[in-house]
Amino acid sequence: MLKKEDIIHIAELARIGLKEDEIEKYQRELSLILDYFKKLDTVDTDNIEPIGHITGINSVLREDVSQASDDDVKDGIVKNFPQTVNNKVKVKSVL
Amino acid sequence: MIKEIHENLKNGKITSLDLTKNYFENIKKKDGEILAYLTLDEEGALKKAQEVDDKIKKGEEIDLLAGIPMAVKDNMCVKGTRTTAASKILDNYIAPYDATAIKRIKKSDAVMLGKTNMDEFAMGASTETSAYQITKNPLDTSRVPGGSSGGSAAAVAGDMAVYALGSDTGGSIRQPASFCGLVGLKPTYGRVSRHGLMAMASSFDQIGPIAHNAEDAAIVLSRIAGRDKKDATTAQSGGKFYENFLQGTVKGMKIGVPKEYFGSELNEEIRKISFAALEKFKAMGAELVELEIPHNEYALPIYYILVPSEVSSNMARFDGIRYGLSVDDGEQSKIGGGTLLETYLDSREIGFGDEVKRRIMLGTYALSAGYYDAYYKKAQKVRRLLRQDFEKAFEKVDVIFSPTAPEVAFKIGEKILDPLQMYLSDIYTITANLIGAPAISFPIGKLNKDGVDLPVGGQLMGKWFGEEELLNAVYTFEKN
Repeated sequence: MLKKEDIIHIAELARIGLKEDEIEKYQRELSLILDYFKKLDTVDTDNIEPIGHITGINSVLREDVSQASDDDVKDGIVKNFPQTVNNKVKVKSVL
Repeated sequence: MIKEIHENLKNGKITSLDLTKNYFENIKKKDGEILAYLTLDEEGALKKAQEVDDKIKKGEEIDLLAGIPMAVKDNMCVKGTRTTAASKILDNYIAPYDATAIKRIKKSDAVMLGKTNMDEFAMGASTETSAYQITKNPLDTSRVPGGSSGGSAAAVAGDMAVYALGSDTGGSIRQPASFCGLVGLKPTYGRVSRHGLMAMASSFDQIGPIAHNAEDAAIVLSRIAGRDKKDATTAQSGGKFYENFLQGTVKGMKIGVPKEYFGSELNEEIRKISFAALEKFKAMGAELVELEIPHNEYALPIYYILVPSEVSSNMARFDGIRYGLSVDDGEQSKIGGGTLLETYLDSREIGFGDEVKRRIMLGTYALSAGYYDAYYKKAQKVRRLLRQDFEKAFEKVDVIFSPTAPEVAFKIGEKILDPLQMYLSDIYTITANLIGAPAISFPIGKLNKDGVDLPVGGQLMGKWFGEEELLNAVYTFEKN
């Protein structure tokens, strides 16, 4: 069973605020699902490469040139910003 | 259905405007109870319908989908339209551009009626995790329509759209199609562009049609498929006009029947209906081949490690800064000071529902330091072994048959409190997403529950980029 501290740590990494009563719920639910994953321990995967792209496509490249968006697309993106200053997204100070 | 409507539009028996108005009347009559739609665009739809009627009047050539009313799952961006993925975190989000699939369907002059309800960010199998409403199955309103594309399936089954677009990460097109008695196709990974589809698990997601029959699904797939520079994972080879591959015969087709799919845990009645469908294929000239998929039993654990891992990464963009819900009023404040971190924590705590949070937590754990090798890497290795099982199987057979779901539509509320039970609904459908292969669900029979005949879905999985074979098999099944 996952410990209380584990849940608090995961929630911190995931940037999700937690209520006190949710911690126990996650302990129970996540532990149950993680137990179910144990089944994989029985598969022999020595010398097996983890799969990358499922249909085998490799590194698709294009020329490194910027392409302008249409003005209405730009406006649409700006309108979705929760807070704007002069058409730019306003972010809280990081430091 | 689409071809018939197209003919009637062309020869002037009906107009697109009347047809579209009829569909809106039906929506107004029924959707108060069914709750398939989240947003309607009556003005835009009527305008498009008029445009198509004008084209017809002028004698212009129109596409098969022109003027035909359809619906779109609410995780696809439609420019200028509210697009929420059924989440509160995107309650006020207006898509600034069209998804590639939408751009293509618009090029065909399709009439888009509105955006359909779904499980929040497509995480669920019943449409009950929507932050807005619980969609009901039009065939029995005490039951779920399936999910996550439940609104799309309910709209088509309730005659509130001729067809709909859905997305499928582990069965989200096929299982609702099965629960609502429709045809649902998940294309090969890379067949349809994911640009503008809100990502759930990027190595699994595909857009596809939910329709009344195989021909309609083929027509829709032809319009949305093909290479897209904006999705580097789309295949180099373009799409096809899939409707031209419906030959109406399956003579000589080899159908694989994996014994793992018909174990003792399968519901006896669904087993009977499945075997009856296989007998019908046999009578039509197909050959049945027994198969073994040794790593099949690991499909569900692999899926529920990899998908939450990709989910936790994709959901990181919802941070309360760039779009959507932003909680920085300090009322939730636990750490105080109105910091950036506080905005992240509060916006995501309030904006996401239970299932989304559960998967983000699970994925974050699986990817966190010290556990990556044990979970994610291990799962990607077993995923390769599973794919190899199917590569071998497809040397022997053309398609593989199973039920779509281990059950018919279940009751609203029956599973929502038990995540693991809900995950088991996907047992037959997740494999196609894990190996990237195409799969189709189609009605194979009915099961009576509490006096109502509920549809049972069969699934055919096909070779990579072999959608035409699946569509032809279902088309032939329908005609016989």
